[in-house]
Amino acid sequence: MSDKPKIIIGLVVFFALFTFPFWYNHGKATSAPEPLLSAKAKEAKQCVRDVEYMRTEHMQLLDGWRDRTVRDAQRVYEINGKEYVASLSNTCMECHDNKADFCDRCHEYTSVNPYCWDCHTYPEEKK
Amino acid sequence: MNVNYLYSLLAVVVLGLVAYVGAGAAGLQGVFGIFLPYLAVVIFVAGFVYRVMDWAKSPVPFRIPTTSGQQQSLDWIKQNKLDNPSTLLGVLGRMFLEIVTFRSLFKNSRVELVGDRISYKWVVWLWLFAILFHYSFLAVVVRHLRFFLEPVPFFVQAIEQIDGILQVGLPGVFISGVTLLAGAVLLLLRRILLPKLNYISKAADYFPLLLIIGIALTGIMMRYFTKVDVVKVKELTMGLTTFHLGIPEGGLSALFYVHLFFVCILIVYIPFSKLMHMAGVFLSPTRNLANNSRMKRHINPWNPKVKFHTYDEYEDDFREKMIEAGLPVEKE
Repeated sequence: MSDKPKIIIGLVVFFALFTFPFWYNHGKATSAPEPLLSAKAKEAKQCVRDVEYMRTEHMQLLDGWRDRTVRDAQRVYEINGKEYVASLSNTCMECHDNKADFCDRCHEYTSVNPYCWDCHTYPEEKK
Repeated sequence: MNVNYLYSLLAVVVLGLVAYVGAGAAGLQGVFGIFLPYLAVVIFVAGFVYRVMDWAKSPVPFRIPTTSGQQQSLDWIKQNKLDNPSTLLGVLGRMFLEIVTFRSLFKNSRVELVGDRISYKWVVWLWLFAILFHYSFLAVVVRHLRFFLEPVPFFVQAIEQIDGILQVGLPGVFISGVTLLAGAVLLLLRRILLPKLNYISKAADYFPLLLIIGIALTGIMMRYFTKVDVVKVKELTMGLTTFHLGIPEGGLSALFYVHLFFVCILIVYIPFSKLMHMAGVFLSPTRNLANNSRMKRHINPWNPKVKFHTYDEYEDDFREKMIEAGLPVEKE
């Protein structure tokens, strides 16, 4: 008695699952999204920290801002001799005023769903 | 003293260094980021098919299930349909629970002498660590699909939501990452600290655990501490799945390549090691056969063809001589 047909069906199912990304993405263009900088952000050239730092660590920066603001009432972030008001809605969104074009592009691409907006508001998006 | 875990640890450390130096200092990002992942997938698929088809060749002429309960008998005797199934449905139930809940590990017991009496104790730890480890691993693998699928489908996002439900820190802690590391470490400690287990453990038992610990550690490092640019990571992985090959501009950190290299090693290692239990569990004849030997006759397919000479034929051949000799015959 041979179970070969059943085993082969099992193998086919396994490899269909294993190669899921290949056929799911088949024929789709893949270009990594670039966050769109507003005119004001381009003009400023420099965010509160350099680009590399902001790309990878912005969430920890914001987390620190939140904790210091809420727990210690420290609303000022001082770096490189400059002072910033530690506020997502006011400081960050002043330059990066379009959430859909700036925040969401990368967040959606990498399936990150931050809960910033559970509490904070963001400027109305003009198309 | 079992030095096997030192060999395995050394192997993992050396492999990590190879990737760290190779992709980092030597700048072989194309090799570690593109060539080796593809090679690993090819070896995995070929090796996996080879192993499974090798098993598929093994004949299973008779029913050899472990009968861990009352078999089907008279109507008034209650059958244990899951532990001694006699139908396809029962077997499916048994297999499903085995694969999903690891029932045979749950039945783990330890024999001990208590005073002058022998005692059998139920020991849950292996099952507990194993289920913690395997489900964490599954969650981690499904979560990683976010790097391989665009747009990210709902089930990946749903798992991320549940996994990150604690909302601790930013980026939020994923429970499965912590429990995967914990599960692997506990399984490893079990092998190192329990003398009887230590005695029967080989390098091949420690290596996969240490490798997975390495994968988990580098992953946790990248997510919470040293940081990588995930957009670039996804650019690379999406390039791999859509065959638009290329290393993202500026490259990626060496730690990312250590993580990726460990994963490549792991999937290459699967077909040639005990990790094939991922396929083997489906093909265990002591689990996946129905105990129906008393209802259905199973004939060994390679029994030699024996030429029978029945008594009727014998009598046909010698009837006259038998009558002559006065022997009784069935037919006159």
